[in-house]
Amino acid sequence: MHVTFSDAELAFQDEVRSFFRDEYPDDIREVADAGAGIEPEVQIRWQKILHEKGWAAPNWPVEYGGTGWTPVQKYIYAREEGFANAPTIVPFGLNMVGPVIYTFGSDEQKQRFLPDILASNVWWAQGYSEPGAGSDLASLKTRADLVGDHYVVNGTKTWTTLGQYADWIFCLVRTSSDVARRQEGISFLLVDMNTPGISVKPIVLLDGTHEVNEIHFEDAEVPVENLVGEEGKGWTYGKVLLQHERTNSANTFRSAYRLRKLREQAARSVRGATPLAEDRNFMRRLADAEAHLKSLEYIELRTLASVASGKAPGPESSFLKLIGTEIGQQIDALYMDAAGYYALPYRPATSIGEGGETRTALRYFNQRKTTIYAGSNEVQRNIIAKHVLGL
Amino acid sequence: MDFTHSELQTMLADSIGKFIDNEYDFDTRQTYAGSERGFSDDVWATFAELGWTALPFAEEDGGIGGDAVDLMVLMQNIARGLVVEPYLANVVLAGGVLGRAANEAQKAQWLYPLIAGDLQATLAFVEPQSRYDVTDIATTAARSGGDWILNGSKGLVPNGGTADLVVVPARTSGQPGDTAGITLFAVPGDTRGLQRTAYATFDGLRAAEIAFDGVRVPADHVLGEVDAGFAALDATIDDATLAVCAEAVGLMQALTNKTVEYAKQREQFGVPIGTFQALQHRMVDMLMSCEKAQSALIWAVLARAGSGDDVKRAISTIKYLVGSVGQKVGEEAVQIHGGMGVTWELDVAHQFKRLTAINRQFGNADWHLDRLAT
Repeated sequence: MHVTFSDAELAFQDEVRSFFRDEYPDDIREVADAGAGIEPEVQIRWQKILHEKGWAAPNWPVEYGGTGWTPVQKYIYAREEGFANAPTIVPFGLNMVGPVIYTFGSDEQKQRFLPDILASNVWWAQGYSEPGAGSDLASLKTRADLVGDHYVVNGTKTWTTLGQYADWIFCLVRTSSDVARRQEGISFLLVDMNTPGISVKPIVLLDGTHEVNEIHFEDAEVPVENLVGEEGKGWTYGKVLLQHERTNSANTFRSAYRLRKLREQAARSVRGATPLAEDRNFMRRLADAEAHLKSLEYIELRTLASVASGKAPGPESSFLKLIGTEIGQQIDALYMDAAGYYALPYRPATSIGEGGETRTALRYFNQRKTTIYAGSNEVQRNIIAKHVLGL
Repeated sequence: MDFTHSELQTMLADSIGKFIDNEYDFDTRQTYAGSERGFSDDVWATFAELGWTALPFAEEDGGIGGDAVDLMVLMQNIARGLVVEPYLANVVLAGGVLGRAANEAQKAQWLYPLIAGDLQATLAFVEPQSRYDVTDIATTAARSGGDWILNGSKGLVPNGGTADLVVVPARTSGQPGDTAGITLFAVPGDTRGLQRTAYATFDGLRAAEIAFDGVRVPADHVLGEVDAGFAALDATIDDATLAVCAEAVGLMQALTNKTVEYAKQREQFGVPIGTFQALQHRMVDMLMSCEKAQSALIWAVLARAGSGDDVKRAISTIKYLVGSVGQKVGEEAVQIHGGMGVTWELDVAHQFKRLTAINRQFGNADWHLDRLAT
């Protein structure tokens, strides 16, 4: 039993670390470290830098332009990215629809879509949830009726993150209602956002941001060649995608970065106040979060070792999502308490408070979503109860 | 990176598993726990035969040279049988100090017999006032001619009623709380002036209050250097803390497995209670606590075995988790077992009690969280 990396892995770690030190642009670093939102143009610029380096798609096979990294290399990369606090990739193209297309799509679809996803030339959005289908995703009602050589799509998708920037959207749609199980009769469609009949309506979140949208489809015509795989098999494809989404949501190293910063901050006096490090209750809660995060780090390492030895990733993705998001929210709450009164000013026009104090509340409120999205944490508990405990 | 067992660890886990399955069912355990000595000398002889008593000791002392990872495997597997034989008191605590501090003659007198299974020893590291601070030693040792005279009281000495040898940290200079000025003495249990009050603890194990009233100990019974016993004591307490954490994680896992199995069998309202979502989610949280504790435990034993991470921080992290989320696992196991959970008859109650005892030893959750908070 040991946790040391091989010489080759250590060399790779050096390479990644140097990359984030030397090629991660200072202006993006400043914005990210201040906890402010990353503008879409800036996000794309960063993703194109990664693409030029050949690192845009750690999870993809080499033949489609991926890195061909081992599970340990992917882990090392994610760790360095987290320690650098670099912006995370917008996942919808590179982490979600990309793997579905190269796994289940036709050769024509691969050639048509994958290069632009890889180069971040096209912004993708996710069309899964509906007003009546949240955690119970299989109850989705958006219909796609085959008429000649195209599907006619009608219905509403919601919680579409950053959909206001999207060029394309991938959707789970119902192509048949005459099915024994609700998971059948669902298909996976790729839809051009410029298609007539599609409209985007913003949803403002509790932190005041326009991050998600409602997308309406009214007789939107989608060519039949935009169907991925077989009609009626969309649920199976979609589940593959969700597993990618959950594995990425442990956020161990970003949480570690934030806790380290908080410990540093606690040692200093802010506005002449007694340093928080002298507040026993606060420090105990900080230490509690650190203890739980350390255990998460080793859960992730144990999962990684199992995957690296050739085992398929299983319900561990639910463990990581569940624990990772709970710890993330615990840290957000600590930041709120560290800011105290100065958490209250809402988007002040001039700088008030020190550091990112007035942004801590925005994050606290915004991040409530993490235990709700990607299958709420209650759904994760259902999955674990069924597939791990056999209940 | 590799989390698989070594050959030694696989062998250990297998042999302990077989022993518990074949020779140490719950009724047998209860019989031993209720016997006069509180454990079985025959079982102890088996432990020695199988080499378990030799595990943590250096090869030149006749040991196996096992490290903290090996000890974790042993303790975690022992937990499943709720073993009452004093492995912790004898091998980990007393043996830990003897292995580190004893000279060759002392090893021949006490350590080698201990490894052979012929000597029962213990370490008296708690005092009535000390709570979890092992440096809070008020028991004194003063020179008298060529000997030392010990005065003071030790509490909760594990296996203290039956031990042939009591290893006693006493203050030879400085004040309670100082790390300097602690000296380690090997005191035979039948030494005049050593008074023991033995009792059972709620987990079915045994302990004793031991009073030292002018106990005369010859100079050749000092283990290591005078005034410089802290390093061996501290390292031994670290090992013991990790050992009980491993036992606790084994108990957490056993409690979770038993609870899930029970929920599948037990029917109420015409269905197994495991079909109720309110209970399913609680059992998932028990499992998550087990995963967390197992993972932090591995981090900690690897740190102890020399991975380079901060050992004290790692130990406090796992002890804190075991004392907080681990205790909750025990409480949930009892709750979900319903009426059966609060009976003496079921092993679940006794696993819960052992886990609860561990969480009062070597620092409770609060104490370790305080260490982590600074």
